[in-house]
Amino acid sequence: MSANFYYGVEVFLNGLMAGVMYSLVALGFVLIFKASGIFNYAQGVMALFAAMTLVGIQNGQVPFAHLINAIFGTHVKEFGWHVPAFLAILLTIGVMILFAFIVERYVLKHLVNQEPIILFMATIGLAYFMEGFGDLMWGSEIKKLDVGIPQGGNTWIEESTAFLGGEEFYGFYIDSLDIVAAIVAILLVASLVLFSQYTKTGRALRAVADDHQAALSVGISLRTIWVIVWSIAGFVALVAGIMWGSKSGVQFSLSLIALKALPVLMLGGFTSIPGAIVGGLIIGVGEKMFEFLIGAPFLGGATENWFAYVLALLFLVFRPQGLFGEKIIERV
Amino acid sequence: MNEMTDNSTVGYMTDDGRQIGGTMMEMKNITLRFGGVVAIEDISFDIHEGEIRAIIGPNGAGKSSMLNVISGFYHPQEGEVWFHGTKRPTTRPYKVAQQGIARTFQNIALFKGMSTLDNIMTGRMTKMKSSMLSQAIWWGKAASEEAEHREKVEEIIDFLEIQAIRKTPVGRLPYGMQKRVELGRALAAEPKLLLLDEPMAGMNVEEKEDMSRFILDVNDEFGTTIALIEHDMGVVMDISDRVVVMDYGKKIGDGTPAEVLANQDVIDAYLGVSHD
Repeated sequence: MSANFYYGVEVFLNGLMAGVMYSLVALGFVLIFKASGIFNYAQGVMALFAAMTLVGIQNGQVPFAHLINAIFGTHVKEFGWHVPAFLAILLTIGVMILFAFIVERYVLKHLVNQEPIILFMATIGLAYFMEGFGDLMWGSEIKKLDVGIPQGGNTWIEESTAFLGGEEFYGFYIDSLDIVAAIVAILLVASLVLFSQYTKTGRALRAVADDHQAALSVGISLRTIWVIVWSIAGFVALVAGIMWGSKSGVQFSLSLIALKALPVLMLGGFTSIPGAIVGGLIIGVGEKMFEFLIGAPFLGGATENWFAYVLALLFLVFRPQGLFGEKIIERV
Repeated sequence: MNEMTDNSTVGYMTDDGRQIGGTMMEMKNITLRFGGVVAIEDISFDIHEGEIRAIIGPNGAGKSSMLNVISGFYHPQEGEVWFHGTKRPTTRPYKVAQQGIARTFQNIALFKGMSTLDNIMTGRMTKMKSSMLSQAIWWGKAASEEAEHREKVEEIIDFLEIQAIRKTPVGRLPYGMQKRVELGRALAAEPKLLLLDEPMAGMNVEEKEDMSRFILDVNDEFGTTIALIEHDMGVVMDISDRVVVMDYGKKIGDGTPAEVLANQDVIDAYLGVSHD
């Protein structure tokens, strides 16, 4: 086999890894959409906010430092301690759960039975509010996120595969961070699926996703379920925020990963957790392979930016409900 | 009109010799309006412990609205709902369910993507007490609780003779079967009061007979109090102990089936009356 073939395989593997990262973001969308029919525009900003909070807590930043300094003329910045990663993650989870409570109490509760477009608009408002609030709370400078995940090329994989392709091939280059992200994503999805299949709350989540009226009649409180769903989505956002933040720093552009999740959702379907995963993998592999095989040699490169959307458009034409989504049949 | 609804807390004896308990639920002067439309106008009636109480009436009489008031989906503008001797404050449907009132719907509200078993398991929701954390790590109470409630659900499946469709997603089941699963889900809550909204609507004769048998068996074996809405006069008269008749949001009759059938207002409402 030629070295080129193995480079192709490497691109494929890296595509899978990138796909996992997309899936992580898409997952948050699916969870909320399934349970409440809301397309949560704020999902990307939630990931940003979670990552900012995590960094802030880790570094012992004083929240709202700018505000406090401006009002009281002080110069506080940091508490001067450093919180270990694990504890900081737990605290951030706490913050995301609190956030879920606030969203339910002050936004969703007042919009029950509204049109989906109204709810969507509300999440746009929420996204911009959160973005500003996050900046106010933790400052808007680019931050480095480090919770101890190894980064850079995995030398073990590189060395142990170097023999495959002869002289010109040096082994597969795969980022350790991507491998960790893939493992975390698999664990996350597996536990979400098990939780929703075999526990009382999981069953309640599925029930609410299926039929609100029937769920009420068996004694399920919709408001409680919404808090739980937004908490889980907040947790998923945190995981996505950690992975993306470790990779490219915590900054405004982190919230734009939500845009990458859109084609994944169109492919996988808005209502399917496995769909979010498979959709992410297809997009990840598709855009990397397209760039490698067609984009770079023939189209002058940079096809990765738009390929996912074109693929999503094709899907919209031929299979609007996505690969795994529920077929929309309106009985008249 | 009749002697039975004297608001007594003592029960009565039915014609076939069953002892009915005291008042379980009492609706006092209920009025429900949607904008300018009066769906229910000043209606009072009671439901005794252990009886099968029917609410009948022509289309648009306000029967379903009444059931929705009892189950907390609608909030009447006037009137009071008394349950087990205490006045119920304005409430939410899920809280009503937690108080032991289960219901079915006229247009079947099942979880279509879930299996029969899972649907009936959701009926156990109010009985399950394990904490969120325990469920998240599948440790302690959560695991044993699942097994325990699963057993109860299997009993209900046996009772309703739906073993064959345990794993089938209910969206794929025929209509009559869906109605039966919905009854199963309501029964799984071991309700004190079971509300059935047109349990036999759209069924063929055979399915109706099955359903009647199940309703009578539920009442007989579990001692469940049942309030049902039905169109089919024949079925209602056969299985219910007492009947409320509604027409245009008003109560026009209340009593045993025999009494109701002899009531001139009821006959007029059902057969039409000449206005001369």
